Amino acid sequence: MIKIDNLTKIFETPNGPVTAADHINMEVPEGEICVLLGPSGCGKTTTLKMINRIIPPSSGRVFINGEDTTGLNTVELRRNIGYVIQQIGLFPNMTIEENIAVVPKLLGWDSNRYKARAKELLELVALDPSVFLKRYPRELSGGQQQRVGVARALAADPPVMLMDEPFGAIDPINREVIQDEFLKMQQELRKTIMFVSHDIDEAVKMANRIAIFRGGRLVQYDTPDDLLAHPKDDFVESFVGDDRALKRLRLVQVSQVMEPVAVVKPSDSLQTALARIEEHGYSRAILMVNEKHQPIGYVSRSVAQTTKGLCGDHYFGLKATTSPSDDLRKVASLMFNHDTTWLPCTDEQGVLVGRVTQQGITHYLGATYQRDALNAQSPHLHQVNA
Amino acid sequence: MKKLRLTRYGYGIGLVLMFTLGILAEQYDVVDELFFYQEDVVYLTVQHIELVLISGGIAILIGVPLGTLLSRPRFARIAETAMQSLNIGTTIPTLAILALSMSLLGIGMLPAVFGLCIASLLPIVRNTYTGLLEVPDHLKEAASGIGMTAQQMLYRIELPNALYVIFAGIRTALAINVGTVPLAFLIGGGGLGELIFTGIDLDEPFMMLAGAIPTAMLAILADIVIAVLAFLIVPKGVNPLRT
Ligand SMILES: Nc1ncnc2c1ncn2[C@@H]1O[C@H](COP(=O)(O)OP(=O)(O)O)[C@@H](O)[C@H]1O
Ligand SMILES: [Mg+2]
Repeated sequence: MIKIDNLTKIFETPNGPVTAADHINMEVPEGEICVLLGPSGCGKTTTLKMINRIIPPSSGRVFINGEDTTGLNTVELRRNIGYVIQQIGLFPNMTIEENIAVVPKLLGWDSNRYKARAKELLELVALDPSVFLKRYPRELSGGQQQRVGVARALAADPPVMLMDEPFGAIDPINREVIQDEFLKMQQELRKTIMFVSHDIDEAVKMANRIAIFRGGRLVQYDTPDDLLAHPKDDFVESFVGDDRALKRLRLVQVSQVMEPVAVVKPSDSLQTALARIEEHGYSRAILMVNEKHQPIGYVSRSVAQTTKGLCGDHYFGLKATTSPSDDLRKVASLMFNHDTTWLPCTDEQGVLVGRVTQQGITHYLGATYQRDALNAQSPHLHQVNA
Repeated sequence: MKKLRLTRYGYGIGLVLMFTLGILAEQYDVVDELFFYQEDVVYLTVQHIELVLISGGIAILIGVPLGTLLSRPRFARIAETAMQSLNIGTTIPTLAILALSMSLLGIGMLPAVFGLCIASLLPIVRNTYTGLLEVPDHLKEAASGIGMTAQQMLYRIELPNALYVIFAGIRTALAINVGTVPLAFLIGGGGLGELIFTGIDLDEPFMMLAGAIPTAMLAILADIVIAVLAFLIVPKGVNPLRT
């Protein structure tokens, strides 16, 4: 856990004092990623660097796992905090193995232990140790170097990580890949992470909580969904963008909007299919599953109305399926691609577990806004009643 | 780049020299003539090498720590001024430095070593200083962010990354040193200069050659040795010679 208490930094410059961070208060719960987000020069880096005292605070305190770090020895403090910078900063005079082992060596591990650790970490960041351990940083691509940068920060297994725009220097495609890998890693490692970004999409993707900064002040500190649904003021609203409703799609999983679905079997008659379509009010078609309850196709309403016979002889192939852990952005994109208003959801074995509909998605996203609207009205109603 | 070309020049000149000598040797009994001075040559060559090693060694032992010290933040204020005066120092001809050190310390080996030391000190200090300052800030930030002390950062990050530039300085220094050593004779420091200058004075071309040829070969050898050392010592990841 990281707790920041009234942290302030005033730089004395020839042009007078500059307040880079102004009484920042926030708390990052254990095992969560907090993204510091805001335009350039708003104080994100300054705030981050005050935590490991690369920048000494003017006033205020930092607590790590409940302990006030003010009195701690700087070197000691930093060895327990993983640090990743935008320029990556791998040491060019050292091999990848030596780079990763830097902190363990400083901590006095024996060579077998830190070598094993370097190998393990390279595997963790998806680089083949037999290829990369003995290479030098200049022999790696930007994305590979960034992975090693993360591995180095993780070497001594620090509970807390600070990352300053760690993926900023990587091209967009590799950035997505590396973000995904990092999130997967974090699911196991559960580090408490403070992460600086100026990219709202990255923040929404990575963060458990987002802290929006403006001119050295913390303006809003919320979960990504709350931030997108309820930007506190015009600044935050414009910063998160006009498409904030769409951005929320990424934050919701299929399982959160999944509905039960009626099906037919290949051995059912088309009459049965029509009856079920009517019964459940489906407008166009009903899903057909095999005996293992895996979806295999659709029986359309028009066919069922005009033809006699078995469903198994008159169905269309399956267009696409989703899984409960997919996010709604992917689902929406699949729906557009296949020109459909709903998709079946299946588990890993391909067994049908429900369906997700456009209406369901709209309803889910709309619910928060409606709640807002009600909340905004209720005091008014209250007044009228009173 | 410039230094590389100079080295090639050296090799080229060496080759031409050998070629010409080969032809000459056929016509006269040059080899016999030269071997007449063999004893002197061996004795003076050893002395010559001693002068280079002692003065060069002392220059490195003083120059690298001095350059390092000047690059530390607490000396930032005086460092620029110090480097400026060192730069002015490099414009003084080496012969003048030797003359000055003689007027200070008299004649003999001591003023020769002292003068050679001063003459070769400057490139080492300058390259150590700039090499260390050129280590990118983000490397230093990464190092201190990881929890290195200032000393650990110096030895594990800054010096290894500046080493190639430092070696370039040592190479320049050695070139100056080796080029100046023959002059040491003029202030009584000994070395192969004795054969060269005496040969000129007595109008004895073979005596002069007996001094000049080993001097030239030593200069080339010194340059090769330092290049090999740079190749071996500068870490592979920051060594442009090893890609
Ligand atoms: N060392 C410094 N000296 C003076 N001003 C600084 C220094 N570092 C940062 N600042 C100023 O503090 C403000 C916040 O900077 P920073 O935290 O780097 O912003 P961000 O990381 O959000 O882009 C900026 O106005 C910047 O100019
Ligand atoms: Mg920044």
